[in-house]
Amino acid sequence: MDTMRDRFAPVVSRLLDEDPRVAVVLAEIGVDGFAEARRRHPDRVINVGIREQLLVGAAAGLALTGLRPVVHTFASFLVERPFEQVKLDLGHQDAGAVLVSAAASFDWPAGGYTHMAPGDVALLDTLDGWTVHVPGHPDEAAALLRHAVAAGDDKVYVRLSVQSNGEGLPVDGARFRTVREGGSGVVVAVGPMLDAVLAATEGLDTTVLYATTVRPFDAEALRRAVRVARPDVVLVEPYLAGTSTAAASDALSDVPHRVLGLGVGRRELRRYGQLAEHIAAHGLDARSLRERIGGFLEAGVRA
Amino acid sequence: MTTIEERGRTYGYADLPALMRRMTGDEKHGPAATSTLDVLWVLYDRVLRVGPEGMDDPGRDRFLLSKGHGPMAYYAVLAAKGFLPVEWLDGFGAYDSPLGHHPDRTLVPGAEIGSGSLGHGLPIAVGTALGLRAQGLDAARVWVLIGDAELDEGSNHEAIAFAGPAGLERLHTVVVDNASATHARPGGIAARFEAAGWSAVTVDGRDHEALYAAFTAPHPGRPHVVVARVEPKSA
Repeated sequence: MDTMRDRFAPVVSRLLDEDPRVAVVLAEIGVDGFAEARRRHPDRVINVGIREQLLVGAAAGLALTGLRPVVHTFASFLVERPFEQVKLDLGHQDAGAVLVSAAASFDWPAGGYTHMAPGDVALLDTLDGWTVHVPGHPDEAAALLRHAVAAGDDKVYVRLSVQSNGEGLPVDGARFRTVREGGSGVVVAVGPMLDAVLAATEGLDTTVLYATTVRPFDAEALRRAVRVARPDVVLVEPYLAGTSTAAASDALSDVPHRVLGLGVGRRELRRYGQLAEHIAAHGLDARSLRERIGGFLEAGVRA
Repeated sequence: MTTIEERGRTYGYADLPALMRRMTGDEKHGPAATSTLDVLWVLYDRVLRVGPEGMDDPGRDRFLLSKGHGPMAYYAVLAAKGFLPVEWLDGFGAYDSPLGHHPDRTLVPGAEIGSGSLGHGLPIAVGTALGLRAQGLDAARVWVLIGDAELDEGSNHEAIAFAGPAGLERLHTVVVDNASATHARPGGIAARFEAAGWSAVTVDGRDHEALYAAFTAPHPGRPHVVVARVEPKSA
């Protein structure tokens, strides 16, 4: 199967053809995929070199002239390294952009911690007005990329990963999707965590919500779900554990509830190896998830 | 020298100290508060093709104040040129004033960017120049004002190193040099731009004719920097 990132350049190249507002800004990473588009649109496919502060600052300048910049590099160099540019050049200047990251939390384990960004969504959570899409399948990534570019002058983050579910689902760029209904609790699976969550909750009487747009957080979907299911909520996120715990608690502020936030741990593993080994090390494989979700829900029953 | 009519009177260069006094209350301003004053006046009076009525024109010249610290001279020039009412100057820094100690582009008519944190204006100016080029707005030029100490921020060097080889002819930088940078070397400012392929001129930042000549010097195929030297901050 192709990856989400394989879809990125073809989808955005087509948008460059269709919409004269669209401009792509790169910092070396991902340049090859845009070689053909760059021949057709030399002024709207821009590679600034290995300069990530300029990457985001220049995108803001493009936006201030009326263009719709699509900005791409690895998550660690897109959100973390130029974070003040994200905060000021986009946020404070009131300029929009679509930031599209690759490499996610640990897509390239052999690359080590310098290329891991489990904290990207949590960092964006300190800022106002960001839409965050976390597709779980290449088809969903293509749809959400188109959605992001079409979202006026909004600030949108699209988090691409090599982690993927087996099948794509329809996504609308806003709402959570109910995948399974049950009474013993609600599990929110974010993006590529869905397959593992469905395997982990097989035979458990839980509702499973599927989230591919996590900001704004679909509070209404969670509130609806806990009208049927017990208000014991497990969040399973492919980035820093607990990133959406506050959003879930806020959604249920008038309902007694419990929340368990599962995701990538803070501790640096200092390990290389394979993706599956890192998923397991963070307890995000189906077996570990079943243990932790099951234990949390049973504790709710006992209480 | 041109001046513009606003509420029945015109403002010229000689009025700027009085306009600044409305913000600071000081009878006389030190060099630090006025280091940008002459550069700003010559740009807005004789060089920039932008006015209060043209701020929605996509083809207008852009002036980006990157050195947002000490913006009294900037606000005074914007008021003198009719971008904002002179009465606003009295509220400088107050809770309900649009004029803060660092400018906010969403609050200040005429301000193309908000600034305060150093090293943001030049990268944004690069993107602005690229955006104008992509839209065929070939007459529109981009100016950004930075301070010599602001050049310490590495983000500027990402922009300088890109803009030269990219041949961004419409991009202009003014470095107001009041010798406030630590670890500076004589001639180092222009040299760094020149090494990246920029056209560079160093002039007396108080001499209006010299500034005008430097601002309007041709620089085909290359971005242009004017280093405007003024009294040292510590003097």
